Amino acid sequence: MATTTQRPAAAPPSTRDLLTRPDRRRHLTDRAMQGVVTLAFLLALVPLISLVWTVVANGIERLSPYFFVVSMRGVFGGMDAGGIYHAIVGTLMVTGFATLISVPIGLLTAIYLVEYGRGSLARAVTFFVDVMTGIPSIVAGLFAYALFAVFFGPGVRFGVVGAVALSVLMIPVVVRSSEEMLRLVPNELREAAYALGVPKWLTILKVVLRTAAAGIVTGVMLAIARVIGETAPLLITLGVIDSINYNLFEGRMMTLPVYVFRQYSQGLVPCSPDQLDCIATINYDRAWAAALVLIGIVLLLNLLARLVARYFAPARGH
Amino acid sequence: MTHPDREPSVSSIPDAPTPTPEPPPVSTQGTRPAKDRAGRAFAGLSTGAGALILLVLAAVAGFLLLEAWPAIQAPAEELAKISWIPDDGSLARYVGPLVFGTLLGAVLALLLAVPVALGIALFISHYAPRRLASALGYVVDLLAAIPSVIYGLWGGLWLAPRVQPLWDWLGANLGFIPLFEGPAATPPRVMMTVGVVLAVMILPIITAVSREVFLQTPRLHEEAALALGATRWEMVRMAVLPFGRSGVISASMLGLGRALGETMAVLMILSPGLTYSFALLAAGRHQTIAANIALQFPEASPLGVSALIATGLALFVITLLVNMAARWVVARRADFSGAN
Repeated sequence: MATTTQRPAAAPPSTRDLLTRPDRRRHLTDRAMQGVVTLAFLLALVPLISLVWTVVANGIERLSPYFFVVSMRGVFGGMDAGGIYHAIVGTLMVTGFATLISVPIGLLTAIYLVEYGRGSLARAVTFFVDVMTGIPSIVAGLFAYALFAVFFGPGVRFGVVGAVALSVLMIPVVVRSSEEMLRLVPNELREAAYALGVPKWLTILKVVLRTAAAGIVTGVMLAIARVIGETAPLLITLGVIDSINYNLFEGRMMTLPVYVFRQYSQGLVPCSPDQLDCIATINYDRAWAAALVLIGIVLLLNLLARLVARYFAPARGH
Repeated sequence: MTHPDREPSVSSIPDAPTPTPEPPPVSTQGTRPAKDRAGRAFAGLSTGAGALILLVLAAVAGFLLLEAWPAIQAPAEELAKISWIPDDGSLARYVGPLVFGTLLGAVLALLLAVPVALGIALFISHYAPRRLASALGYVVDLLAAIPSVIYGLWGGLWLAPRVQPLWDWLGANLGFIPLFEGPAATPPRVMMTVGVVLAVMILPIITAVSREVFLQTPRLHEEAALALGATRWEMVRMAVLPFGRSGVISASMLGLGRALGETMAVLMILSPGLTYSFALLAAGRHQTIAANIALQFPEASPLGVSALIATGLALFVITLLVNMAARWVVARRADFSGAN
């Protein structure tokens, strides 16, 4: 701005007002929109808080060591008994097997995309991985069922079928997160390895993967957290069962989310007044308690994943 | 960064036993063929994994079609024997209301979720104190981490009794609009309740994508608007929203895709029925494809399973189209953003 020497001493005060403050209507609109935006955020907190609160408040009551170590075998009516042991076993085994299938495929695909992929195949893989993230979970379940029904006949239900269904949902998540992490590895590291005469595949194994390890582990844990709560595909591939099954290759299996659904759908128990040990809401109580365990597992996985990302991340930048 | 042995390794097959006729030009590889074979194996392995993804997607479509085929070409008399298929045995007449219900629920959820999601995204990207913003983003992401069965439990046991008065009021006072045709059903196992729960479920994905786009608004655009005397809201309206428009559209479509395929929340809340009805407050009028599969599958006969898989195929095609459209919008946007 030019040097202003001969400025009138008493400028009209409205000029300053005009320059520093918008007129009243615009000011009010601005304020109103700020209110609306903040309100939208608070509105989103309502379901989150009420959901976590109801699950904790309703679930904590039935949560006891007993609840974790027994199955539902021989439990009927309004009996004050039964637990989730069989569901936890099923969830751990099926999710574990799904992880065993998904991580090698997902990680290798990510390596292909970042280190080798050129041309139309790489573009197609990128596009269809994105498309795959949008497959509805129930369609993944139907696919696994259809696949195994072709070989084992109709009505097929055992652990591996569910694991395959979960893998279809899990692979794209693993690919996406691993790909992102591999791309973060600085090229200088690769070039340094090449300059030392290390072949490409060893560079990937010993330098790139090692640098990205923390991020990849985080991604895998988030992927597990995502599929561990899947209900619909497991409902149609594993069915429901009340007793413990340790065999992934034979027989129905229970999982935690399906357990929640099963207890919910059984509804209130009709109790006659003279039955003192009959609890009318027992099924809902068990559903809430199992839901609390499930939320606990999911949030714990999320938390651990963030901690791994924070504490084991390689130093970035130079 | 281009490594010499990249080009030959792209197309190589892992277990090709024949030794390479001519060694790669770089001496380290050429003198150690054992290492080179390992490199080729590794390249082939990862290429194979990439190709497997395409194979899986093709297999999903293929096996669904294979298992749905008996129902698609079964004579009407056979189909009519299944209790839940209309008496004339027409698969199309069975799928129609399901597709309608699926779309209705998803669109309703989208209409409820998008304005709120935009508000949250703006709040986190432009209104919240910077130090708070990432923590707030994490809180919204938590909503995405909660399993759908728990949303169903919450919607069925906690939310439904609490929205009853609201639906009653809507039915009594806005009943002249066909959507809110009263009286509202008791208990409210209706599409409106499902729409609210679905909206909560797709909120995080729409918020997350919109937030990312809003944060990418060129700083200079924002500062230019502010320097011209715009208030914060005017800056948002003139710089941030136009920049993020296509991002918001694709985010909404991703949310739509998610709502279309959601099973458990619908299954646990909605009282099903197969009609073409817009009455959101009436029970027993709607059903979605996904919830219907989960409901009928355990008890279905082999032909019934086949018919259900045919409906699943319809759902697969619908979500595929929506998702591909969303990705296409994102990709198109990526081409243009370089101009800024």
